[in-house]
Amino acid sequence: MILETLEIETPLDVEHARELRAGTKVLISGRIFGARDAAHRRIVDLLNAGEPAPFPLAGSIIYYVGPAPAKEGHVIGPAGPTTAGRMDTLTLPLLERGLRGMIGKGYRSPAVRAALCHYGAVYFAAIGGAAALLARHIVAKRVVAFEDLGSEAIFEFTFDRFPVVVANDAHGGEAYVRLPE
Amino acid sequence: MITSADAGLTGRTVPRDVDVALLSDAVERELRIAAGRLPPDYLGALADAAQRESSPLAIDIIGTLLENAAYAEREEIPTCQDTGMAILFIEIGQDVHLIGGNVVEALNEGVRRAYRDLRKSIVGDPLLRKNTGDNTPANVHFDIVPGNAIRIQGLMKGFGAESMSRLVLLPPAAGIGGVKEFILDVVGRAGPNACPPLIVGVGIGGSFDSVGLLAKRALLRPLGSVSPLPHVALLESELIAAINALGIGPQGLGGATTALGVHVEVGATHIAAIPVAVNLNCSAPRRFAVEL
Repeated sequence: MILETLEIETPLDVEHARELRAGTKVLISGRIFGARDAAHRRIVDLLNAGEPAPFPLAGSIIYYVGPAPAKEGHVIGPAGPTTAGRMDTLTLPLLERGLRGMIGKGYRSPAVRAALCHYGAVYFAAIGGAAALLARHIVAKRVVAFEDLGSEAIFEFTFDRFPVVVANDAHGGEAYVRLPE
Repeated sequence: MITSADAGLTGRTVPRDVDVALLSDAVERELRIAAGRLPPDYLGALADAAQRESSPLAIDIIGTLLENAAYAEREEIPTCQDTGMAILFIEIGQDVHLIGGNVVEALNEGVRRAYRDLRKSIVGDPLLRKNTGDNTPANVHFDIVPGNAIRIQGLMKGFGAESMSRLVLLPPAAGIGGVKEFILDVVGRAGPNACPPLIVGVGIGGSFDSVGLLAKRALLRPLGSVSPLPHVALLESELIAAINALGIGPQGLGGATTALGVHVEVGATHIAAIPVAVNLNCSAPRRFAVEL
């Protein structure tokens, strides 16, 4: 059996996002923004204060990551996904403003999954523990905001065929196994 | 070298001075190696697991994890960006005299040097949350043992899996069935969050404080090791079968490999309880053991 694989580029529009189905392997290329716990807190605080986010949200994909320091000659250090669920309560305001995708690992809350359907967005799973290899698909990196946060700053990455799997699609589909309560 | 096992026969060894700088050097060296090189028993178990998978996605994920490990070792870079909290278990022979400074500070100096090029993931206070900037302090556990040797074992513990770990004090009436149910529940709720394939460390017995430590010590055992106690070895084999029957699979995306091993450590406890702790380790189970 061969694993079906699609390729997409950012920015992602609603139509393309709605075509993606849970369980499909996807290779992502283009501009991606890196942000995790502390950056999310600050973005939402800005939005609540009526300020714009430090990067364009519409059509964008956020990668939940706190990279390791880069070895000399490398663009970035190992950069695998962190647990997405910690960002659940800070995600709805971003989806509301057009965020089209997120890359992380682990379950999302019912509220986030419902919002994916409502706004037409996708949650992708990257392989936790494959950080060294994943970093090879990040061909450029710069800090966009909150440099004081170190590995928790907001980054702009350029991805080259970065491998993920659609974990939650815009139709309520989920690739993660969930055991009955 | 006189080992602690030899000393057990006589209970007496030659007293020995050890400079704590040797501990700094050993901790630095072993952590640096462990960050980029996963244990061979883990890589072997992972390769074996791929043979048992039928899902193309599960096979693809296991293949990627193996390729990641080989690439990290070749490039001498960490296998995972979360190089974790350094958790050190130090056995000190009772005939050892530590000289040259404060032993805890010496261990932290080793951690500080090892993490110079690694991600710093430690905050000094759990509420104020300011990063210490050098990944110290390590979480250090000391044991005094017979002999004049020093043994250092360490884990670089990522907190995706740590955060999904759980502890409970069950009533004795819950029995072994209740213990199994709790362990399966922890693994099931962790799902993809703990980065399976997992190594499941289980502590049973002791008290509130010590049962967590039993579970953590279980993660120091290499995969393929079996409890020397027959009833515990049986429990380990029943648990690995039951956990893999859950179908969570690599990264929680379905498959036959939810865990590569279940290690159970037991200890004496009180008539009123069965303490159970489940400490999960992820797909980057970095550990080391060294004797001085």
